[in-house]
Amino acid sequence: MQQPPAMQTKISQATIIQAQNLTYEFVSHDNHIQVLRDLNLSIFNGEQIAIIGSSGSGKSTLLSLLAGLDIPSSGSVQIQNNPFSGLDEDGRAAVRAKSMGFIFQSFQLLPSLTALENVMLPLQLKGQANAKELSLEALAKVGLSARVQHYPKQLSGGEQQRVAIARAFATQPAILFADEPTGNLDNSTGQIIIELLFKMNMEAGTTLVLVTHDVHLANRCQRQLKLENGVLTEQTDLATA
Amino acid sequence: MSLSIRLAWTQTLSLWRSGALRVLVFSLVLAVTAISAIGFFTQRVETALNQQGGLLLGGDIAVIADHAIPDALLISAEKQGIETAKTYEFSSMVVFGEGSQLAEIKAVEQAFPLRGDLTLGKHVTDVGVVVKTSPKQGEVWIEPRLANLLNIKVGDDVEVGERKLLISAILVREPSRGGDMFGFAPRLMMNAADLPSTKLIQYGSRVKYQLLLAASPQKINQYNAQNKSSLSRGEKIQDVRNARPEIKSALDKAQQFLGLSAMVSVILAMVAMLLSSLPYIKQSLDTFALMRCFGASKSTVLQVLAIQTILIAFFSALLGVLLGFIAQFGLATLAGSLFLESLPPASSSPVFIGLAASIAMMFAVVLPHAWQMRNLTAMNILRRETLAQPISAQAKFLPAALVMCAMIFWQARDVKLAASTMVALALLCIAIVGFSYVLVTLANRLFMLSPKSQVLNDMKLGVLGLKRRFGLSTVQMIGFSMGLMVLMLLALIRGDLIRNWQASLPIDAPNRFIINIQPSQIDGIKQFFLKQEIKGGSIFPMVRGRLISKNGKEINATQWQDERAKRLAEREFNLSWTAEMQSDNQLLSGRWWTPEEYGKPYLSIEQDLAKTLGIQLGDKLIFDVAGDQLTLTVTSLRKVDWDTMRANFFAVTPPGVLDNYSANYISSFHLPIGTDAAMNQLIRNYPNLTVIDVAALMQQVRGIMQKMSSTIEYVFAFSLLAGLAVLYAALIATREERIAEATLMRVFGASRRQVSIAYIAEFACIGLVSALIATVAANLLAYYINAQILNIPFQFNATLALGITLIAAFIIPLAAWLGLRGFLNVPARQLLNSI
Repeated sequence: MQQPPAMQTKISQATIIQAQNLTYEFVSHDNHIQVLRDLNLSIFNGEQIAIIGSSGSGKSTLLSLLAGLDIPSSGSVQIQNNPFSGLDEDGRAAVRAKSMGFIFQSFQLLPSLTALENVMLPLQLKGQANAKELSLEALAKVGLSARVQHYPKQLSGGEQQRVAIARAFATQPAILFADEPTGNLDNSTGQIIIELLFKMNMEAGTTLVLVTHDVHLANRCQRQLKLENGVLTEQTDLATA
Repeated sequence: MSLSIRLAWTQTLSLWRSGALRVLVFSLVLAVTAISAIGFFTQRVETALNQQGGLLLGGDIAVIADHAIPDALLISAEKQGIETAKTYEFSSMVVFGEGSQLAEIKAVEQAFPLRGDLTLGKHVTDVGVVVKTSPKQGEVWIEPRLANLLNIKVGDDVEVGERKLLISAILVREPSRGGDMFGFAPRLMMNAADLPSTKLIQYGSRVKYQLLLAASPQKINQYNAQNKSSLSRGEKIQDVRNARPEIKSALDKAQQFLGLSAMVSVILAMVAMLLSSLPYIKQSLDTFALMRCFGASKSTVLQVLAIQTILIAFFSALLGVLLGFIAQFGLATLAGSLFLESLPPASSSPVFIGLAASIAMMFAVVLPHAWQMRNLTAMNILRRETLAQPISAQAKFLPAALVMCAMIFWQARDVKLAASTMVALALLCIAIVGFSYVLVTLANRLFMLSPKSQVLNDMKLGVLGLKRRFGLSTVQMIGFSMGLMVLMLLALIRGDLIRNWQASLPIDAPNRFIINIQPSQIDGIKQFFLKQEIKGGSIFPMVRGRLISKNGKEINATQWQDERAKRLAEREFNLSWTAEMQSDNQLLSGRWWTPEEYGKPYLSIEQDLAKTLGIQLGDKLIFDVAGDQLTLTVTSLRKVDWDTMRANFFAVTPPGVLDNYSANYISSFHLPIGTDAAMNQLIRNYPNLTVIDVAALMQQVRGIMQKMSSTIEYVFAFSLLAGLAVLYAALIATREERIAEATLMRVFGASRRQVSIAYIAEFACIGLVSALIATVAANLLAYYINAQILNIPFQFNATLALGITLIAAFIIPLAAWLGLRGFLNVPARQLLNSI
């Protein structure tokens, strides 16, 4: 993988995520499957980056490795210049609690919790004193003040994703990972969610790592990385293009 | 239809492979195993009891009369091909040389005994050999006691009435020797053909005439049904139920316990089924939603669901019945030596009952969901909108609750027991819901707190989990507490029952009775007690009196329909007097007399007698005592524990009331081993005394209680297994959701330790609350069942209560955590894919 010289300058200044020689492989029914091959990647502080690729190209796997939800077969991930992928499960969890937020394609809201309780969950994990206030505030920002006591099944898909966005931003993470955030939504709802996501991202100055196969959504990001056959084959800096 | 069957079959197999069916099937198999094992066993025991009745009676049933058996009854039996033998029992003096002794004569026809056998020896200490014959004409068999008393041996001739008969054997054991132990004098058995020549039976002689009958149960039942209604006054048909009351009492209680255990197993298994049906229903609904998407009609889907349900019910029942059949062999082996012959084979009815129960239980679980599905679109099902309908959610458990009620009534075989258990279960559910609300309120308070300690914060998260899953947590608590409650109930009652049996026949319980003691002999008997260091030997006075009037109205036996009432009204009572109430008596109403009430015409009556004859407190009863009329007022009603083998009386007065009447005395005491010689000397000193040896009978009763205790332990193990199934089902009922939550918590940065602490805290609350409520409910219900149904004292078992509470508070969270622990090591990404 080659990177433009201009980006390398940025890396040396404020790299927030750095992946080196990242490989991920597994054996299924005696078949050796290599999902990611010797992949290198640097993501800068405050950057919005889209990882695109066809289904099964390994986008979500890459995101999982970057977020420490899984561990690479070889290679390493650093977060804020600190070793990350080499940490044990609890060590990576501690980094996630401190620095990361998540938005999933299938929302991943707990059905037994209200919208407010869903948003409060990661704050409570951190032992945040004013979890309720922060959650209400986050829900207000996504326009769901009136629905804080509703359960996920009482909300539309778009509303559920807005709860997920509120939950992601409530902890004020340094990095936000979004895995196909509009994948389960219709076009117009998806558009609204994209606007909201980018607006809140801009306000918070969060680094956004977005996985999508939607080119329009990817185009909203400063950079696009295309993952093909386990390799980042194309890298475009839209902001400078 | 064949498509539906194929689809149902493949889906059932895939559900089994996926694991969604396992606990459900396990619970179902367990329920059917419990139902059929206990069904097979109780059926065999009941048949055996009737047959044992045969051994005790000498036939399957006996027609007993106080007059010669009418020919019609004999002809009716012979017509049906039923074997018959007549016997005649009466008391008479047996004379040898200068000595004479009152004996219980039993004259038997050649065919006696129709059932069972006799043991004959050559001398008094011979263990003897088992025979199935009767004495030949001109010969008699005598009990060792009679041989001792008259100092006679095999080969001697004794005078029986006007005949001299040869003693050809010592009668060591006679199983049919039952009934009223106080009627015992030593036995002399003779051939009925010799009876006329003895000229002992004259007009007005008191003779117990018996016609013994033996045939298949069907023929016996048919005979019973045909002749019972045509019996005349003084005639009755006897079977084991009324032949041996002392054994019947123990067996009845054991059977009630078996019924209770079966009921408990069914409750537990049904709760386990309900809890474990959740994953099965969820997975089935997914499949059916997809089938609807692919174009299957509602009726096809319902057909597949119905066939699938029947398949699961059928194969589970098959396995359950098979296991039940195997398990009942264990029960039968344990209880086998209760009976003199091996248990009869089981019939096939428990198989069909098990199958029907299985199908009923499965449909009860599935029906509400099938009903819901009728009105839902495929999208509704895919979106899990079935779960969002509160009315349906409540109605979801209704069919299961109804089936459970039916099963409880059916298994308990006792309306009071079934009703009280159901009330307790309902109250338990209400209490759990109440406590859940209290916990949620506490959780809400916790919500406001922000503990500085990370551990406390994690625990707070766990407790908040109760609030997050109020419905599921409540269901889970109901499952846990029902499981714990019924197990504790069974443990409590089992303990009380066994303790009660042991206490009723302690090792030093009286094993000898002496009757006919004259007042002048009392000091001699007391001296004997002192010399032989016999403790607790008691001597009670007895005055015979006939009840002739109640509240001024003459007593006439014909005024009652009930045979027992008629008998009681006709017989003479043994009136006794005492200053203090006996320790095995319990005052139910009225009051006991004070020392100052010496000589007052008061009377204390045993409750069953009072109930049978309609006697109440304050009634004035007139007794004919030796020609005098004695008026007594009923001042108290007592409950008497007849199982204790102690001398007890239906009617007791204060001291001084009966002083003007001639009394003789009765004594009961425990004769230590090795003091028989002294006892024989006492009898030689006072030849009028009749000694009744009940040691062998007590040994038999003790043996039965021991076997029943083992049986109860075995059945209890079944219930424990069912209880474990409930606990497991309750744990897995919410597992999927908890894994999803734990995974998300980990994605958001929770460490495995944090997740574990939260999880353990939540289950500790659930376990503690469930155990506390279960402990209270189990003790209340055990108290009620003991007092009202089994008539045994209740004993609070603090160790058990504390133990169960602590175990539940520790084991439940530990088991829950162990179930989750495996998932904590799986990368969060893998779990995210699956939730």
